[in-house]
Amino acid sequence: MHELSLCESLLDILKTEAETGHFEKITRIVLEIGPLSSVEPEAMRFGFDVVMAGTLADGAKLDIVTPPAEARCLSCFELVQINDRFDPCPQCGGTELQISGGDALRIKEMEVT
Amino acid sequence: MCATCGCGKGEVTIEGHGHDHEHGHHHHHDHDHDHDHGHSHDHGHSHDHDHGGDPESRVVAVERDLLAKNNALAEGNRAMFAARGILALNLVSSPGSGKTELLCKTIEKLQGKLKPYVVEGDQQTANDADRIRKTGAEAIQINTGKGCHLDAHMVGHAVEHLGPADASVVFIENVGNLVCPAGFDLGEAHKVVILSVTEGDDKPLKYPDIFAASDLVLINKTDLLPYVDFDMAAATANARRVKPGIKVLAVSARSGEGLDNWIAWLMGARAMAMAGHQLESA
Repeated sequence: MHELSLCESLLDILKTEAETGHFEKITRIVLEIGPLSSVEPEAMRFGFDVVMAGTLADGAKLDIVTPPAEARCLSCFELVQINDRFDPCPQCGGTELQISGGDALRIKEMEVT
Repeated sequence: MCATCGCGKGEVTIEGHGHDHEHGHHHHHDHDHDHDHGHSHDHGHSHDHDHGGDPESRVVAVERDLLAKNNALAEGNRAMFAARGILALNLVSSPGSGKTELLCKTIEKLQGKLKPYVVEGDQQTANDADRIRKTGAEAIQINTGKGCHLDAHMVGHAVEHLGPADASVVFIENVGNLVCPAGFDLGEAHKVVILSVTEGDDKPLKYPDIFAASDLVLINKTDLLPYVDFDMAAATANARRVKPGIKVLAVSARSGEGLDNWIAWLMGARAMAMAGHQLESA
């Protein structure tokens, strides 16, 4: 359940953003969670509700976007999209892929008042 | 110090250092602040009334990394290790893979070569740090309470307390868990993942993130190979499916088999950590 500590980091960031951006309430947050970020979106949702209760983001809607990861196949050298670390290359079936992303874990945008 | 790194979670204790994490200073600060902020709420409210629909709702682009704080602290640890020529290794595995025993044997082998220090992470008890100290190495225990992983903040404080010599090696034995430690950089030079032959050769596929984040796989308890259905070649292939080209070494902490290869790898990593330094070896 490291998602809970990630939600605590999220809350810290939100508090800082509220100070610098001059807003008081957050009604919606868009989080980008890469498929290879070792974060489980459902656990994140659970942690989010628990951690945000009674804060400036109490009741905020959480939208999670999961863009696919990119990888370079070491057999056919194509740049391909994958969803798991050990997915074979969708072009040639090669199993050795150099992954170049997909582990992002960041706030994209939020709706505030 | 804690105001900058954000202490305040009361669960974590570092041996002989507990109070540092319990104090509520940072917490208080937050509280005051929220309150001040609440005041300006009245102001904003009476402002925009001619706006139809939602009361002045706006969308702000943020692009902030959730792990930014941990990563910044990890970079601080890494810079400190680099400046002092210390090789820091983050040892990760499931519970029961034989990490602590392997570490004890490693420390024996390093005698006269390299001075070792150990940061032990477990949910509860100081048993592992006690075992390490019996080898003569200095060790400090971090108890994470309910936490499932070590983070860069805990490790930074623990290392400060441990006070390793320049040009030494610091082993960070992470909480036994193949999931959560993958995402938390501690500032180590390398993650080393330990897999024992009693666990199954498909483990790299079941827990790919941790294998992808590691630079070396140690397959431990090879003395038990005659009694289990563990295929070394399959385990190696599975690890390389997740992390192409990763080095895999077979060892047995019990029989001593393969330990010299592991020590050779370690001294190589140590040579890299020392490159460019004029420090005397510890």
